[in-house]
Amino acid sequence: MLVIKDLHAKINDKEILKGINLEVKAGEVHAIMGPNGSGKSTLASVLTGRELVEVTHGQVEFNGKNLLEMSPEIRSREGIFLSFQYPVEIPGVSMVNFMKAAVNEHRKYKGLGPLSASDFLKLLRERKELVEIDSALTNRSVNEGFSGGEKKKNEIFQMAMLEPKLAILDETDSGLDIDALRIVANGVNKLKRPDNAVVVITHYQRLLDYIVPDFVHILYNGRIVKSAGKELALELEKKGYDWIKNGEDL
Amino acid sequence: MTDEQDKILDEVTNSEYKYGFVTDVETEMIPKGLNEDVIRMISKKKEEPDWMLEFRLNAFRHWQKMEMPTWAHLTIPEINYQDIIYYAAPKRKAAPGSLDEIDPELKATFDKLGIPLEEQKMLTGVAVDAVMDSTSVKTTFRETLAEQGIIFCSMTEAIKEHPDLVRKYLASVVPPTDNFFAALNSAVFSDGSFCYIPKGVRCPMELSTYFRINAANTGQFERTLIVADDDSYVSYLEGCTAPMRDENQLHAAIVEIIAMENAEVKYSTVQNWYPGDKNGKGGIYNFVTKRGMCRGKNSKISWTQVETGSAITWKYPSCILLGDNSYSEFYSVAVTNNYQQADTGTKMIHIGKNTRSRIVSKGISAGFSNNSYRGLVKVLKGAENARNFSQCDSLLLGDKCGAHTFPYLEVENPSSIVEHEATTSKIGEDQIFYCNQRGLSTEDAVGLIINGYAKEVLNKLPMEFAVEAQKLLQISLEGSVG
Ligand SMILES: Nc1ncnc2c1ncn2[C@@H]1O[C@H](COP(=O)(O)OP(=O)(O)O)[C@@H](O)[C@H]1O
Ligand SMILES: [Mg+2]
Repeated sequence: MLVIKDLHAKINDKEILKGINLEVKAGEVHAIMGPNGSGKSTLASVLTGRELVEVTHGQVEFNGKNLLEMSPEIRSREGIFLSFQYPVEIPGVSMVNFMKAAVNEHRKYKGLGPLSASDFLKLLRERKELVEIDSALTNRSVNEGFSGGEKKKNEIFQMAMLEPKLAILDETDSGLDIDALRIVANGVNKLKRPDNAVVVITHYQRLLDYIVPDFVHILYNGRIVKSAGKELALELEKKGYDWIKNGEDL
Repeated sequence: MTDEQDKILDEVTNSEYKYGFVTDVETEMIPKGLNEDVIRMISKKKEEPDWMLEFRLNAFRHWQKMEMPTWAHLTIPEINYQDIIYYAAPKRKAAPGSLDEIDPELKATFDKLGIPLEEQKMLTGVAVDAVMDSTSVKTTFRETLAEQGIIFCSMTEAIKEHPDLVRKYLASVVPPTDNFFAALNSAVFSDGSFCYIPKGVRCPMELSTYFRINAANTGQFERTLIVADDDSYVSYLEGCTAPMRDENQLHAAIVEIIAMENAEVKYSTVQNWYPGDKNGKGGIYNFVTKRGMCRGKNSKISWTQVETGSAITWKYPSCILLGDNSYSEFYSVAVTNNYQQADTGTKMIHIGKNTRSRIVSKGISAGFSNNSYRGLVKVLKGAENARNFSQCDSLLLGDKCGAHTFPYLEVENPSSIVEHEATTSKIGEDQIFYCNQRGLSTEDAVGLIINGYAKEVLNKLPMEFAVEAQKLLQISLEGSVG
């Protein structure tokens, strides 16, 4: 589904990604871990087409297409979803309107007509239940005045609405209490299907107790320095990141 | 509304000013220039009584002694008032009355503007006075309205048919000496709408005037007078467009509203005069005096405006709160893009006891434009317990445009409460990217954010107008981001 080859990228002339190689197949869950400032969010930005980040070398293929040539909205419509580390507030724009516009753009891209008001509201209700998001949130403006936890839940709700092929969750667990964490993880698991994939970016093992990864990668200083099965996350939990920083037996 | 919003976002694909065409119709024009003879000529063409001519001449004599105001935050190129044609009217074969007498070209023009003149084709519940250049082409539903004693006709007809009413109220809110443009308008005004709602009548349909400039080198000087007698209600809409021309054209109108005891007038306008091109060439100079007077106790006047057009806008729909317990509100969205300039706002003059006013102003600036809010809240000595709340927000797109706020307060009564809040914000790259990431194009994202920002004002508009206004906001700002 996603093939990243020798990807280099810079922000303001500073090289942040220094040769990333990664392949994600349909049905898989990948975890990307690593200390702060390693480039995890930058990788998410490259995959979603944020202008700030300039790709200087390498290729990214998504379902056989050249991802790097697509505009951010086309990538979204092609099925890439990012649960933002810091979701922004958009005052005055109601969640309902926002999601309706988004869902209909996705449908249009697939050659489908817009949903009727009642079908849309049905979908909205259904997905709200799936991810156990508070009903009132969708009546408010996008993320406006939401608590940290509400913002993260709202990201997963949007994921449920858009049913992406590849979901990238950037520290969706940070700032969540244990109940909220369980809700978010359950939502992600319920949306898991053999034909889609998830990339979980996280610092901590605890989310991976709920969303069990097939592969764990350690991203450090712009490179994936180690890849293994889910046991790697446990090892990190025990040993911390220092051994990686010190370049010990990778 | 959510349904509509989607439709709008889908519909809007081109950023051209849609109304820039010219109608090829035989037009009667007088020569360029302004003097007493020209005023006599206009008055004669309109077959006016002597008192009207006197009114005009007095105004003209006063105007000659006045200077153009310079206090607004605007750069106005010099205007040569002798280089303007003050009267231009589509020629007609007979007096207006039945539709058959209207030139098919004119009918087609208004059709194209979305204002069909056949009553059966109209939006249900809206009566229209269609004005092209200096004259009213057709007023629909006059007979239906007359059954309830409502007068809705062109100003020219009102002067002939209801001289007593016109004499009683004309210039009672905006005297000819009020300001430079008001004096000019009083001297040369050509047409406009008159409406009178009798005591106790709730006007059963929206009344509206659609102003269209067509002829080149002309100015448009219309005058609207709305009188709501005791215990009456009316909702009035105004729309306007003009062809795309390289030279600037002057529009200097007056609108007067009078609300008597317990009467309510809702006045909504979507101002969409040609704004000029991307480089600031052409466009309408819109210098307008709009003022209401809450004359009776418990009366209410509300102004809602969506300002997207014109090269230069100088406009302050205001209200004099004379009657005790009267209320006025001003809801405004003003958009400027490219090289447009707008200096707009309101004045609320509290005279009566327990008078209240509310101001909600949303400015949106893009391109190289300048957008200023200018507002005065004045509470006179006798205005016990007057209340005002003002909210002035500015939204900037890009960093080459300007937003300015000039709030003035003059409070002479200590029991009054006057509150003012102001914010300035930008549409962030991160907000747009967030929308992009959910599948929305940048253009649609901006549309969504703008409409969200302006929602409080748009919600005040009658439904059909709100839809139109949402579209317009997005079109006006196309190409300004990304
Ligand atoms: N907007 C930005 N401007 C400049 N540098 C940035 C920006 N965003 C991230 N960086 C830099 O890129 C590097 C990687 O950051 P990031 O991808 O956010 O790391 P992580 O998500 O792994 O914590 C850091 O050195 C950070 O300072
Ligand atoms: Mg990060």
